[in-house]
Amino acid sequence: MRMRTIEIGVGAFVLAGILALVFLAVRVSGINLTQSGDSYTLTARFDDVAGLKTRARVAMAGVTIGRVTDILVDVEYGQAVVVMEIERTAGELTLDTGAAILTEGILGARYISLLPGADEDMLADGDEIMDTQGALVLENLIGDLVTRLGAS
Amino acid sequence: MLKLTRQLGRWALDRIQSIGRATTMFAIALWGLPGRGDVALVVRQIYNLGILSLVIIILSAFSIGSVLALQFYTQLARFGAQEAVGVGLALVLLRELGPVVTALLFAGRAGSAITAEIGLMKSTEQLSSMEMMGVDPLRRVVAPRLWAGVISLPMLTAIFNVVAIYGGVVVGVEWLGVDPGGFWSGMTEVVELWEDIGKGMLKSVVFAVLVTWIAVFQGYDSLPTAEGIGLATTRTVVYSSVMILAVDFLLTLTMYAQFQ
Repeated sequence: MRMRTIEIGVGAFVLAGILALVFLAVRVSGINLTQSGDSYTLTARFDDVAGLKTRARVAMAGVTIGRVTDILVDVEYGQAVVVMEIERTAGELTLDTGAAILTEGILGARYISLLPGADEDMLADGDEIMDTQGALVLENLIGDLVTRLGAS
Repeated sequence: MLKLTRQLGRWALDRIQSIGRATTMFAIALWGLPGRGDVALVVRQIYNLGILSLVIIILSAFSIGSVLALQFYTQLARFGAQEAVGVGLALVLLRELGPVVTALLFAGRAGSAITAEIGLMKSTEQLSSMEMMGVDPLRRVVAPRLWAGVISLPMLTAIFNVVAIYGGVVVGVEWLGVDPGGFWSGMTEVVELWEDIGKGMLKSVVFAVLVTWIAVFQGYDSLPTAEGIGLATTRTVVYSSVMILAVDFLLTLTMYAQFQ
C-alpha cells in the first residue's frame, strides 16, 4: 500500500516535470509544432551589414516572416552574403522584392525589411534577392556631413 | 620546512586519492544499476529526493519570480519598457537562476540528506552487513540515489522555472499592470527552444550529476562516527554549492560567450 502511494506520487511528479517542460516550450518559447522546418532559403548581398546578427528577424511591413540563418563574406566583391529562411506560410515573394537592413528604434537590433515588388515571377528556394540596400553606418553619415559642411 | 612540504604533499595525495575513490565509486555505481527490482529502489529515492523537495522549490521559485518581476519593472519603467519584464524574467530564469538556484536548494535539501543517510548506514555497519550478505551496497544504496538525483533535479528545475514565471506574472501583470499581450509575445519572440530552455536543462543535468555524486561519495567516504557524519554533511553542502557556481560559470562561458 505504502509503495503504491509512493509510485503514484513519483508518477505524478515526473508528469508534472514533463508538463512544465512542455509549458516552457510552448508558452514561453512559442514553438509552432505544426509548421516547424517548413521554410525556404533566400540569399541577398549587401555592401555593409553593420551589426546584423544571425537569428535576426526578417520582416515585411513590420511582420516577422523569417530569420537570418547565416552571414558570409564574399571577399572578391567585398560584399556580405546574408542567408535567410522565409516561412512558407507567409506566401511567395516576387522576383523583384527588395531587401534593406534597418534598425529597430534608435538603439535597437538590426533586422532585414523586405519591400514588395511588382514582378509576375516569384522567388524560389535558393534564389537571390537582387535589389538590396545595406545598413546605414552612423560613422559614414557623420563623415559625410562633416565634409559637406567643410565644403560649403 | 621539510615538514611543511611533506604535509603539503600528503594533503595533495589525500585529495587525489579521494578523487580517485569517488570516480571508481561513480563508475561502479552507474555500471551496477541495470538489474531486476532496481526500478523500485530508484522510484523510492525519487520520492525522497524529488517530491519531498517540491515544497521548498515551489516556495522559493514563487518568491524569486515575483521579486525579479518587481526589480525589472522598477528599472524598466524608467524607459517606458515595462513589457520587457517578461523577456528579462524568462531569460534570466531559464538560462541562469532556474538551474543554479534549484541545484543549490537541492544540495541543501536532498544532498545533505543523502550524505547523512549513507553516513549513518556506514557508522551503524549496515553497509558492511550488506556486503556480508553478498549484497553490493554500491548497487543497492548508492546507484539508486545517483539515478534518482539525476532524474529529479531537471524535473525540479522545469517546475521551478514555470512557478517562477507564474510568480512574475502575478506581480508584473496582475499587480503592477504590465500589458499581458506584450509580456507574453515579447517572451515568445525572444526565447528559443534549444538556446534558452535546452541549454538551461543541460546545465541542470550537469548540476544533478555533480550534486548527487558529491553527496553520495561524502556519505560513503565519511568517518563512521557522529562527528564524521556531521563533517561529511557540511562538506556535501559546501562542495556542492562551490562546484555548482564554478561549473555554472564554465558552462555559461562555453555555451553563451561570444568572443570577438
